[in-house]
Amino acid sequence: MAHLAVNDVRAKYGALEVLKGISFSIEKGEIAALVGPSGSGKSTVLRALMGLTPVTGGHVALAGDQLDYSNAKSVRAARDRMAIVFQQYNLFQNMTVMQNLTLAPLKIKRWPRAEVESEARRLLGLVGLGDKADAYSDQLSGGQQQRVALARALALKPQILLLDEVTSALDPELVNEVLDAVGKLAAEGMTMIIVSHEMAFVREVADKVIFMDGGQIVESGEPAALFDSPRTDRARDFFSKILRH
Amino acid sequence: MERMIEQIPRFFSAQNLTLLLEAAGLTLAMTLVGCLIGFGLAFVLVFLRQTPGLWALPLRWICIAYVEVFRRIPFIVVIYLVLFFIQAVTPDASLFTIAVIAICLYAVAYTADIIRGGIESVPRTQVEAAEAMNLSRLQTQLKIVLPQAWPVIVPPAIAFAVSFIKDTALVSQVGVFELTFRGKELNNQGYSGILVFGTIALCYFLLSFPLSLLGQYLEKRLGTPRGQRRARKIWRT
Ligand SMILES: Nc1ncnc2c1ncn2[C@@H]1O[C@H](COP(=O)(O)OP(=O)(O)OP(=O)(O)O)[C@@H](O)[C@H]1O
Ligand SMILES: [Mg+2]
Repeated sequence: MAHLAVNDVRAKYGALEVLKGISFSIEKGEIAALVGPSGSGKSTVLRALMGLTPVTGGHVALAGDQLDYSNAKSVRAARDRMAIVFQQYNLFQNMTVMQNLTLAPLKIKRWPRAEVESEARRLLGLVGLGDKADAYSDQLSGGQQQRVALARALALKPQILLLDEVTSALDPELVNEVLDAVGKLAAEGMTMIIVSHEMAFVREVADKVIFMDGGQIVESGEPAALFDSPRTDRARDFFSKILRH
Repeated sequence: MERMIEQIPRFFSAQNLTLLLEAAGLTLAMTLVGCLIGFGLAFVLVFLRQTPGLWALPLRWICIAYVEVFRRIPFIVVIYLVLFFIQAVTPDASLFTIAVIAICLYAVAYTADIIRGGIESVPRTQVEAAEAMNLSRLQTQLKIVLPQAWPVIVPPAIAFAVSFIKDTALVSQVGVFELTFRGKELNNQGYSGILVFGTIALCYFLLSFPLSLLGQYLEKRLGTPRGQRRARKIWRT
């Protein structure tokens, strides 16, 4: 049975339907990459899974449990098991790096403080920021902030990690430090859904690539198969533009 | 003029000075207590006003109506309303209590908009990040939004309280022994109006000026990124 099964999920912004029936599934330890043109609904898929954009139809099952996004308790369950990293990091500006990492584990998960803090230090070490625990986000570069955001999501011990274009707000020289950190997680067997324009990276780490356009999944498959021999014109068109350089 | 100069030593007698000092203290106390309670209640009002969901619609309307109505009533009318209402309910309520309640009701309406502006200045994405971690609405406001909204809220809130110090003169109308009331009394005792109200004016200035300076200091301090970081440390709970 799939770890996460998304079936015919729909979402609207006002009257505009931005997800028109999305279905895919991932297994434990798998990495799925959502790719597609701007406005195709990639971020909305992740936001819908986190209950940040209202889901108007379809089914989501996580580890066999049905999630009902119209039910507050169910949304809490979804947020309890999945964590998201945003394109713009969204670190809490009024808190230190350490406080960002420990807030939810202490207040929401109610894990013991000593454990939470030592885990936070381990994660900061993992993303190469062991010395920044007491810094505020405006004292960090974009790449550093994004790595903190990654550590903050990991501190929640999510079953599935959702990454929304975690490198696209960064200067080119900072991209690799974040991709390296994500690569480490991939090697550790973290289950992830990533939205990315870094096709070389996607090819390297993803088990499955899902190509979206206009709020629908047009085609999906293994990275090599999809990138090198897409079956649909729309996918061929997109990859020929994006993979040229 | 000669009469006034001749009155000066008598006017600044220990007894009159004590009277004025007490009156100044009363003015300041009324304003501070009223504004502080009003400020606290305004937070509650803003929070209630942002309650999501259809069932909370009447609640949101009440909150909006409160602000819109009270902002359009002259303060002196609020004072009389409170006076007659409170006296109808508990006849032995002190005039000071009545004044504080009136100030408080008025301060809620004015500072609610200041607080709302501050809260809306915090990017929506900060709230989403908190929501995605299952923080409750109250936790999100207390831990994430308000600490970031402080630098935007505090300077105008202090400016409001400072300007309100002088508006409290209106409660002399119902007989609270604050500055303006004592001024009228001394004037009735035959002291020169220029002397009396000149002194009263100086008292109001001495009350508000230090507070204005504090407001300006905070505005500057909170304005720069470094200042904001320092402010965070000051305000962090
Ligand atoms: N808050 C919003 N209100 C209204 N429409 C929105 C909102 N956010 C996104 N949309 C619309 O939803 C559609 C899908 O947006 P989404 O952000 O999911 O696309 P995306 O694939 O992530 O694009 P990008 O690569 O630019 O991030 C777009 O047409 C967008 O204009
Ligand atoms: Mg997006």
